[in-house]
Amino acid sequence: MMRVYWQILRNEFQTLLRAKWVLGYGLIFLLLTDTLFRFAGGGTEVWVSVSNIMLLLIPIISLIYGILYIYQSRDYLELLLTQPVNRSTLFWGLYTGISAPLTVAFIVGSALPLGWHGGLADGSASQLFLVLALGSLLTFIFVGIGFLMGLWFYDDKIKGFGFSIVIWLFMAVIYDGLIMVIIFIFGDYPLETGIIAVTMLNPMDLARILILMEFDISALMGYTGAVFNQFFGTSLGTIASFGMLSLWLVIPAWTGLRVFKKKDF
Amino acid sequence: MIRINNLKKAFGPHQVLNGMDLTIPAGQATGVVGPNGAGKTTLIKTILGLVKSDSGDIYINDTHLNGNYDYRRQIGYMPQQARYPEQMIVSELLNFIEDLRGDEPVYKQDLIKEFNLEPELHKQLRVLSGGNKQKVGATLAMMFNPSILFFDEPTAGLDPRSSFIFKDRIQKEKEAGKTMLITSHIMSELEQLVEHVIFILEGEIKYYGRIDELLKVNRQERLEGAIAKLMEEPAP
Repeated sequence: MMRVYWQILRNEFQTLLRAKWVLGYGLIFLLLTDTLFRFAGGGTEVWVSVSNIMLLLIPIISLIYGILYIYQSRDYLELLLTQPVNRSTLFWGLYTGISAPLTVAFIVGSALPLGWHGGLADGSASQLFLVLALGSLLTFIFVGIGFLMGLWFYDDKIKGFGFSIVIWLFMAVIYDGLIMVIIFIFGDYPLETGIIAVTMLNPMDLARILILMEFDISALMGYTGAVFNQFFGTSLGTIASFGMLSLWLVIPAWTGLRVFKKKDF
Repeated sequence: MIRINNLKKAFGPHQVLNGMDLTIPAGQATGVVGPNGAGKTTLIKTILGLVKSDSGDIYINDTHLNGNYDYRRQIGYMPQQARYPEQMIVSELLNFIEDLRGDEPVYKQDLIKEFNLEPELHKQLRVLSGGNKQKVGATLAMMFNPSILFFDEPTAGLDPRSSFIFKDRIQKEKEAGKTMLITSHIMSELEQLVEHVIFILEGEIKYYGRIDELLKVNRQERLEGAIAKLMEEPAP
């Protein structure tokens, strides 16, 4: 079992490295962090900016790559399924085989410039850690959603890609817009608890808020920021947030596995 | 040995396998014929576990299939369309499957030689011709010396020489006592390769028996004529 898993994982790494674009992906983060170090001079500003780009870029890239991978590997899947290989092992091999290299590219790309820009400024170690951890989590979450979409719309690529783009657009842009509309319309009511609950349903928002809290810039959000701070700033809030992110990690991947196990190839 | 009881599979509203019963004894070479969409490939894919049946039982050498996968070690499968990961190099693909199974290949070198695959070994699969991909598929199917072999329209993309070599290889496998299922639309080819034939129509087995008996009953000289006659018969 484990041997088969490692064989699949190794093969994924080889294939990805040969395709070279994963190196390009890491290079984007490398150039980004390096440039920011040069202009902002290190410290908090760098990691806030990295996190801003990361919050938009990682979900869409991971999502598209996840779904693209399923569509591109139909032959490979069919070949492996005719071998004495367990479907679950195969699924986890593919899933981690895609997510892990992307994560490594992001972490190495973002952290490498520290080497020639003189390491971490005081107090930014925890910030760096949070940005890298959230980026990794988002990679796994959105590759999982991409896999799920690819398996659901196995024979209808246009639909699969369409839904994936819509999911990203919804979580990245529309969701916040809707929250704004709700706040605007029902501004006279005490909404804060509800807004916190709704925010927790969107993994991209969750990551964004965790970063806002860590960087102590929630004050920019006025009263809402204060309320958010009251909740997300506490250890209960942090635990709840990471709990929700874990659910986002588990549910799409697990659903994908179930679809994969029942699927006719 | 392959034993199938009341196997059913529908894709949406389309019933592809309609309660199929079948026993193929060990060491028998069997041709599977029927019109396009009759369920030949689905039958093979269901036995392999690529397609999940709706109901029914399948036994491979007395192993009951219930989501287990190790039985596939005993089956070699050459698909209808040989499609493999495009960027992979042929030798890499062969090695990868070897490592994945953890089995030592028995006939790898023989097959590479017989199919003249040596000049192709260091090429990426995407630059291989259709026929050469088919040969890679045949190599993958037979190199671990499995006791059961499935060939889904094996000679469709092969040139006459390769086709001849391939059939020669099949003869050897047959003499070695392999259980074989071969689908084909080329009846003359099946007459050369197998003694038994299964005729499938709309997901049901309409005939299963020896070819020579089928010819006798239908008063035909050739399998093609006998099968054509079977296809013309109105549904009872």
